Amino acid sequence: MEIGEHLSEIKSEKQNPPLSIVKGCNKGGFIATRDAYGEALLELGKKRPEVVVLDADLSGSTKTGKFAKAFPDRFYNLGVSEQDLIGTASGLSLTGKLPFASTFAVFETGRAWEQIRQTVCYSKLNVKLVATHSGITVGEDGASHQAVEDIALMRVLPNMTVIVPSDGCETKKVINVIADYYGPVYVRLGRAKVPAVMPDDYEFKIGNAHVFHMGRDANIIASGIMVYKSIEASEILRNDGIDVGVINMSTVKPLDTELLLETSKSCRLIVTAEEHSIIGGLGSAVCELLSEVHPVKICRIGIKDDFGCSGPPEELLKLYGLTPHNIVKTIKEAII
Amino acid sequence: MMHTDTPDINFLSKKAKTLRIEILKMLADAGSGHTGGSLSAADIVTALYFYKMRHNPKDPKWIERDRFILSKGHAAPLLYAVLALSGYFDRSLLKTLRKLGSPLQGHPCSKMLQGVEISTGSLGQGLSIANGVAMGLKLDGLKSRVYCLLGDGEIQEGQVWEAAMTSSHYRLDNLCAIIDNNGLQIDGYCCDVMHIEPIVDKWEAFGWHVIDINGHDMKAITNALYEAETIKGKPTMIVARTVKGKGVSFFEGKVQYHGIAPTQEELNMALKEIGD
Repeated sequence: MEIGEHLSEIKSEKQNPPLSIVKGCNKGGFIATRDAYGEALLELGKKRPEVVVLDADLSGSTKTGKFAKAFPDRFYNLGVSEQDLIGTASGLSLTGKLPFASTFAVFETGRAWEQIRQTVCYSKLNVKLVATHSGITVGEDGASHQAVEDIALMRVLPNMTVIVPSDGCETKKVINVIADYYGPVYVRLGRAKVPAVMPDDYEFKIGNAHVFHMGRDANIIASGIMVYKSIEASEILRNDGIDVGVINMSTVKPLDTELLLETSKSCRLIVTAEEHSIIGGLGSAVCELLSEVHPVKICRIGIKDDFGCSGPPEELLKLYGLTPHNIVKTIKEAII
Repeated sequence: MMHTDTPDINFLSKKAKTLRIEILKMLADAGSGHTGGSLSAADIVTALYFYKMRHNPKDPKWIERDRFILSKGHAAPLLYAVLALSGYFDRSLLKTLRKLGSPLQGHPCSKMLQGVEISTGSLGQGLSIANGVAMGLKLDGLKSRVYCLLGDGEIQEGQVWEAAMTSSHYRLDNLCAIIDNNGLQIDGYCCDVMHIEPIVDKWEAFGWHVIDINGHDMKAITNALYEAETIKGKPTMIVARTVKGKGVSFFEGKVQYHGIAPTQEELNMALKEIGD
């Protein structure tokens, strides 16, 4: 796994040249959101003595290991036991601690879903669930390790906030903001390196989407790694004379309903793009809202009711249609 | 509540009786709920709230309090009764158990009721939570202790054993768990549904100090709680051998009273027997 991890990271760096299409961005370079998390957690730990971190034998991969090394007394490795991970984090929160509990997304949200429901959400505890290795860009490990249902599982829970940062810089901002917010939060991070897309002066606020550009013909509502794929698609379409906007909907719950309503009124097509099943994720959330308040044609790009599989991340993105090319194709077919 | 070192066994036995009466009345009023497992743990919980635990009903969030986590959340009537008798809320509220708008939910909800440390009801989760609380208290250098009550059927949940490893791995000697070993679960005898014995050996193998007692012998309970406090470097498990439905002869050892409330007629008979 370590060799595969290494290889695919080299590969993804080669295959994803830094973007130069968004003004003011890219200064952050390439960084995986999980690496940004590791750094943010370390900084937060220095400032906030109440921060405690828990992991389930994956601290090297989730990058909580950095915090563990700096603050061994405030780090708890629970071993391979995700249900206990959630329960222990909950108990720590009851004593006024600020727990961050991390493991891979599929295990955190799937294996321990009922613990999150019963203990974290029902009691509205101040527990931060930050999961890495979401989506198919996990790569070679295959479907067992690729969470494409986690947003659906977390979004359905009352009291839960769901955030999918698009790059390293946004991830750091998200970690700081949720540390000041009281209540359960799920943050979905990835394994592969991604280019910086957010402007330098960007400020993250829970429930506020970021508009890169509002398009007249169509708008793409994207999250996570699909934000930069959508920006690329929008550039291609602009060259073809089609004005397509891109919005980073990093907070999937609560949705930025005001902005979505405004967007749906300003164009004839909305495309959602996410590295998640089209069932239950961002696409579903947008459909649920707009079908009630302002129906407009919506195309959902994501995993189409399927499991992932092994392969290099970029190849997998192509296989499952999570590419600028497929976004362009989808939009052209829908509006021409 | 004041913490006294020498337990007044007479006082505690009387309190346990009152607790059983409140549980039965409350359940009869509600018309549904878990009778057997509330009665079986009544003596243990009485000893905790009226002898061992340092807590203050006037200040439920007192930082130095000892914590009680009811992992077997279906014994909610027991928790509500002991909280009311301790003075966390008015005893008249007990009549609202399971009714619409009541803070006394079918299973305990910490958001709705003062004195409930954490919402429970889905089995197997309490010990992990208790571990987290024990860790937090240690980090803060507090002397407070954590008590966690589990059902015996409940230890069939895998998470309990994940938590059991964690408690001993992190040497949580400020944690004392108690198993209400009444031998029955909804579908029948534990030994028929899913063998749980040898309980003592299992917990010892997981690195716990284990005390095996008669869970209705007040002296044995208070002694065990005292002993647990003296054990350093490891958590303590009290295996309390109990009788389901204890205190009411026609409920005792009857599996059908796991999840059924007494009828008005049964209540009258039960109160007569306990001596209301």
